[in-house]
Amino acid sequence: MSFRVERFSEPFVIEKIIFGLLSPQEIRKMAKVTVLRSDIYEADGSPVVGGLRDPHFGAIEPGERCPICGNTREECPGHYGKIELARPVLLPHLGDTIYSLLQATCRRCGKLLLSSERIDYLLRIYRRLKEKWPRLAEVMVNNIVKEASDNKECPHCREKQFDIRYIRPIIFYERKPEGEVRLTPIDIRDRLEKIPDDHVLLLGINPKRARPEWMVLTVLPVPPLAVRPSITLETGLRAEDDLTHALAEIIRQNEKLKSFLTTNAPEGMIEDAWLTLQHVIAAYIDNELPNIYQLTHRRRRPLKTLAQRLKGKEGRLRGNLSGKRVNFSARTVISPDPYISINEVGVPVEIAKILTVQVTVTPHNIEEIKKYILNGPHKWPGATFVYKIRQDRKIDLRYQKNYRQLAEELEPGDIVERHLINGDIVLFNRQPTLHRMSIMGHIVRVMPGKTFRINLLVCPPYNADFDGDEMNLHVLRLEEAQSEARELLLVEKHILTPRYGGPIIGGRQDYISGAYLLTMKTEFYNLDEVSKLVSRSEKPVHLPEPAILKPKPLWTGKQIASLFLPEDLNFIGKSKVNSGLLKCDNEDCLNDSYIVVRSGKLLMGVLDKNAIGAEQPNNLLHIIALEYGESKARELLDSLFRVFIRTLEVKGLTIALNDIEVPVDAMREIEELIAEAKREIEELIRRYNEGSLEPIPGRTLEESLELMIIERLQKLRSNAGEVAIKYLNPFNDIFIMSKTGARGSDVNITQMASMLGQQTIRGKRITRGFRTRTLPHFREGDLSPEARGFIKGNFRNGLRPTELFFHAVAGREGLVDTAVKTSQSGYMQRRLINALQDLVVSYDGTVRDSWNNIVQFKYGEDGVDPSRTYHGKPVDINRVIDIIRARSSEGES
Amino acid sequence: MSIKEPDRRILKHRLVPEHRVLSFEEAVGILKSLGVKPWQLPQISVNDPVVRLLGAKPGDIIEIKRRSPTGGVSIAYRLVVAFERRA
Ligand SMILES: [Mg+2]
Ligand SMILES: [Zn+2]
Ligand SMILES: [Zn+2]
Ligand SMILES: [Zn+2]
Repeated sequence: MSFRVERFSEPFVIEKIIFGLLSPQEIRKMAKVTVLRSDIYEADGSPVVGGLRDPHFGAIEPGERCPICGNTREECPGHYGKIELARPVLLPHLGDTIYSLLQATCRRCGKLLLSSERIDYLLRIYRRLKEKWPRLAEVMVNNIVKEASDNKECPHCREKQFDIRYIRPIIFYERKPEGEVRLTPIDIRDRLEKIPDDHVLLLGINPKRARPEWMVLTVLPVPPLAVRPSITLETGLRAEDDLTHALAEIIRQNEKLKSFLTTNAPEGMIEDAWLTLQHVIAAYIDNELPNIYQLTHRRRRPLKTLAQRLKGKEGRLRGNLSGKRVNFSARTVISPDPYISINEVGVPVEIAKILTVQVTVTPHNIEEIKKYILNGPHKWPGATFVYKIRQDRKIDLRYQKNYRQLAEELEPGDIVERHLINGDIVLFNRQPTLHRMSIMGHIVRVMPGKTFRINLLVCPPYNADFDGDEMNLHVLRLEEAQSEARELLLVEKHILTPRYGGPIIGGRQDYISGAYLLTMKTEFYNLDEVSKLVSRSEKPVHLPEPAILKPKPLWTGKQIASLFLPEDLNFIGKSKVNSGLLKCDNEDCLNDSYIVVRSGKLLMGVLDKNAIGAEQPNNLLHIIALEYGESKARELLDSLFRVFIRTLEVKGLTIALNDIEVPVDAMREIEELIAEAKREIEELIRRYNEGSLEPIPGRTLEESLELMIIERLQKLRSNAGEVAIKYLNPFNDIFIMSKTGARGSDVNITQMASMLGQQTIRGKRITRGFRTRTLPHFREGDLSPEARGFIKGNFRNGLRPTELFFHAVAGREGLVDTAVKTSQSGYMQRRLINALQDLVVSYDGTVRDSWNNIVQFKYGEDGVDPSRTYHGKPVDINRVIDIIRARSSEGES
Repeated sequence: MSIKEPDRRILKHRLVPEHRVLSFEEAVGILKSLGVKPWQLPQISVNDPVVRLLGAKPGDIIEIKRRSPTGGVSIAYRLVVAFERRA
């Protein structure tokens, strides 16, 4: 166990925190100075006595002695001051509470608007609940408030009650028959004062901690300077904290009101000054309240007052408490390295020399650690600090040249801060951290270069690519954390995701093309080629008997792939290529589109997205991870998948313009299709214009026309695509990629070779632009396909100017959509996490929150861990039957 | 609060799962096996139509048998409470 050299004492444990209101007496008692003056410094630069930097706020300058506690600034905790308000002022953030208190109590006698018997009864229940079931007591309060507020006459003094109108945050009116009357803070304070303690209790407020009248300030506490430090600019000028500015404004208003009161100024002026004081104090507490004048810096930037310090992403809670900056972390660009394990991360030497781990010297590791010390802090693998425990001394190797002597003096018990080395475990993270696989444990592999290196197969869980993505690395410094990460967070433990019961780690793009090229039934490999491919796996294998013996021994790609599969694996599944022309539902399929693995031998079928792809539940990779364990799956990912990549490197996969070149005949055919569709649509428009078009039930005539046109154009695009695809070579590399699921779809091919089709905004044809037409190139009111965003051109031959414009319009909608969606789903995610983060599946299978309240009696109602399922199903019946069939036929032969 | 008795037919509705009031002994057993105090259970209002039809009182525990798409029949328990949480 490593431990800190600095020793902390821990004399107290916080058991609970109670929130309440400060009483005026308390505020006056803790105040060491009454602030009367809004100016802060005298002309000579010394702080004004009775100003906001009065020395009684506590010592802040070096060497200064505090006049209150006698300490220097290191020891002085800082002291509060106060401002005696000329008239009371509401606390704006308590407005809603004040509102419900006023509604629930009598305007004359202050009692709860319920009969005495009812109150006694409720009190009895409330006290009992509070003791035994505190959370139910909270619920009860809401009902009491509701019940009392409905009473229009006081059961105690028979006073008639009036409705109260509340304008957030500080204005209250009473609706009397003769008209609305404003309730001043004095009126409100008088009423709140009269509420008896017991009745306050029933309203959910503990009168010992917060008497209702304390919600109306008569004296305002002024926080010590540590809360609002002033800074000295390079120019020598003093700049005060925003809070100090806000407080100065309060003092100005308060003094003004005071002078009006003493000079018997006209009532209107007093009212105005009082209202301004209320606004200023409201803004001091929260400068973003509605209906309040914002306090600003010389008419511009709004001041950051109390609430602004706590609120929001950068606020105290989200910015400094639930999330803070951390040490022992690194961030840089990521780049791919297919030849490191999925469990590893490549770390630049430069970073490895800065990130360190504490190790305690023992007789077992002393020789190893001596080597680190001899290397010093600048040569990897070295060390940066030595803590000599017996001498209680900390040695910084940067300022210590005699490494040899230090190494010799090293003794068990010393603690050495050593560089990050190969084999250390670290946490690796890519934002946005949307699921648990966004932070996984990786084993360090120090290498040259300046980027983090990751295996391409872990891109899906991080949702990473290499167009400039950066990732964060965190060193684990305690043995406990390190072993926890090895057991729970290591990448291989996350091949199966709990999100949908399937593998989230797996091949994409080139891995899939490579797997297909390797396992195609047309391909054979001689010994030389087999060695070349298999050697990349770095796994010793025994070659089976070649599939073809003469004239030359040749192996199939399926034989090569089989070398890496578990020996007793049985699997049946459709390939991704099993569609279109290669579609087949028969297991004994000549198209090679049915994957059959018997006793670990890939007998039929090509490997493609449906066998080795990421995020494809129930594929080959999933079955292996689920039934043979994650470490077996990792072995496969670290060996066979390299062979796929090597295959692709040897054979090559590339696309060219002529892959999407359609012969003239085909183009003519497509032109005919276009002409035919145009004719039909012209006919539709003609019938629409003359009113003989039959509308679709439930739609207007216009909607019907649009729908019919869109439908017809969709048909045109797919027909045109089919024509193009018919004429193209089905084994060119573009088709290989789209059919195996490596990249691209039939739609992409159609758009490149044949026709882009209709461009849409919100699923409708494009109508925006000018008043009656989309572009000046068209006649007004033109409803024809090309005037409403239909593109008959393709990417190979290029777009016409109007077509290019429409394409850009639809493309922009896509960009806006993604931008809006990410911000919205990000917020949704935040709220969901906040609601669910401390739910736990207990050992009895129940789901509980942090108070041990039961949320579910059995996790997910079935107690099933989705990451141990076949796409959500705990048992895959078809697979069970399949295995039994395979085993029994094995027995026969 | 309406005094009117809820329509008995709701008990037969396909969207209303089977509710049952536990006897005192059963309730004690359930609480003990879960290791919780009554208020740590999910709650149900006395004003819930089914609860009113069953005549359950605050403090009773109700067993609900639900058909679940994943778990077959799942059983949940709820504590009957007099006061509703604010929405
Ligand atoms: Mg990127
Ligand atoms: Zn002091
Ligand atoms: Zn009264
Ligand atoms: Zn077939």
